[in-house]
Amino acid sequence: MSDRKIGDVILKAENISLSFGGVKALTDISLDVREHEIRAIIGPNGAGKSSMLNVINGVYTPQEGTITYRGEQRKDMNTYAAAASGIARTFQNIALFSGMSVLDNIMTGRNLKIKSSFVEQALWIGRARREEMENRKVVEEIIDFLQLQHVRKTPVARLPYGIKKRVELARALAAEPNMLLLDEPMAGMNVEEKQDMCRFVLDTNDQFGTTIVLIEHDMGVVMDISDRVAVLDYGKKIGDGTPDEVRNNPEVIKAYLGAH
Amino acid sequence: MQFFFEVLIAGLLSGVMYALVALGFVLIFKASGVFNFAQGAMVFFAALTTVGLKEEFGLSLWAAIPITMVVMVLLGIATERIVLRPLVNQHDITLFMATIGLTFFIEGFAQLVWGSTVRKLDLPIQDVPIEFVMERTGMLISQFDVIAAIICAILVAALAILFNKTKVGRALRAVADDHQAALSVGIPLQHVWAIVWAVAGFVALVAGLLWGARNGVQFALIFVALKALPVLILGGFTSVPGAIVGGLIIGASEKLAEVYIGPYVGGGIEGWFPYVLALVFLLIRPEGLFGEKIIRRI
Repeated sequence: MSDRKIGDVILKAENISLSFGGVKALTDISLDVREHEIRAIIGPNGAGKSSMLNVINGVYTPQEGTITYRGEQRKDMNTYAAAASGIARTFQNIALFSGMSVLDNIMTGRNLKIKSSFVEQALWIGRARREEMENRKVVEEIIDFLQLQHVRKTPVARLPYGIKKRVELARALAAEPNMLLLDEPMAGMNVEEKQDMCRFVLDTNDQFGTTIVLIEHDMGVVMDISDRVAVLDYGKKIGDGTPDEVRNNPEVIKAYLGAH
Repeated sequence: MQFFFEVLIAGLLSGVMYALVALGFVLIFKASGVFNFAQGAMVFFAALTTVGLKEEFGLSLWAAIPITMVVMVLLGIATERIVLRPLVNQHDITLFMATIGLTFFIEGFAQLVWGSTVRKLDLPIQDVPIEFVMERTGMLISQFDVIAAIICAILVAALAILFNKTKVGRALRAVADDHQAALSVGIPLQHVWAIVWAVAGFVALVAGLLWGARNGVQFALIFVALKALPVLILGGFTSVPGAIVGGLIIGASEKLAEVYIGPYVGGGIEGWFPYVLALVFLLIRPEGLFGEKIIRRI
């Protein structure tokens, strides 16, 4: 690939357990993410992949276990704080702002970068105008990068599924995140769209050095692009390592072949 | 013909005043999907507080208005914190019921503090015909109405820029669309809602001052605010320009109907004509003139 170097561990989840009422979603899961790597979490449907991502993103607070991000153990995490600490994400069921144009959707990703006050913006004076220009420029670069020029002004509700997924990625990238969480970025796509998405994920990692944590239940694609893969089944971790190690892990084979 | 234009212009100008009230509804509906029934009560409360400060504390109008402004912003922030925050993720109907409760609270609170007498609000704008127009065309156009229209136009322009060109505006629209996604890109929900309610409070103040000066500051102001309903049905609940155009149509049509149709049915149709118009409109274009058309993929 390129000269990108995989660095130290930046996110460490230890002994995470999460349950909803009597349902155990995650049981004693530990995994780490290194800087600049592409880290996949895979598993059959209902394995707890999305729950794990939501724990990292602060949507759920696990009953047990700790998460250390950039050397700091988190307490009372929430989604807003996660965004403020440089974690961006996409959703399994696309969560775009459907009434807004592609451009405006991506601009919302710059929300935390715009510092001018409410009054300055209301009166459209001072740094409000300048900031708007600067951030718009960054967004235009991302639009070029993800090849969304042809739909810039289109309301997202009108776009086909594959493009919507790409707009969501663009919005996440607009925040210039250190860590990007992708929840099934290729789900429901055709082969061509999957290839495009793979390329964009790899390019993002390559050009911006963004650490990527990605969830998929389709093993094929993930094995090609990931540096390390963790496998979940019924809320437990059953395998972790390089794609080759995981592929030859008997428990993983059993989960994927035996259960279906 | 001259009489027709006189009625039309008077109607359009009073329509601007309806639009001003409708604007408050649109703001909150856009950002939180809540139909804020309490907007009318907020208009009443704003007008009453200004007059109250002026009469009870002997303040000048120019001191009373900024103080009321602060009170309205605080009221907006308090509403978000005490009423809406505990109801996050509840059904729209639950939030709507909460705003009905809020209406009764504000009404009661306003009268507890300031009493229930009808008060007179004098703005330094006189409700006299503009001489210039009268001499040229012979039409009687109220100076008060024209100035009210100008104030409204400035307010709308500012809000349009705020909504469409700035971070705050995008954040507002984003929050209205999807709470979870908005949080994930770092938009603080509570902060955005507090801003919206504060701005709605400010719009209520402007509307309250103008309506109060025109009709007297009294309980009935709350019902004037309900005229905003047909305006919203015409213009669409989510559109700032829609509120304006809707207001103009309602204002002009109710005055014209009163003058030209009224005599045949015994008069007094100004009160209900807008609702009939809205009803007809609902059959033709339920999302309103400028509302977001609902597109469903099947």
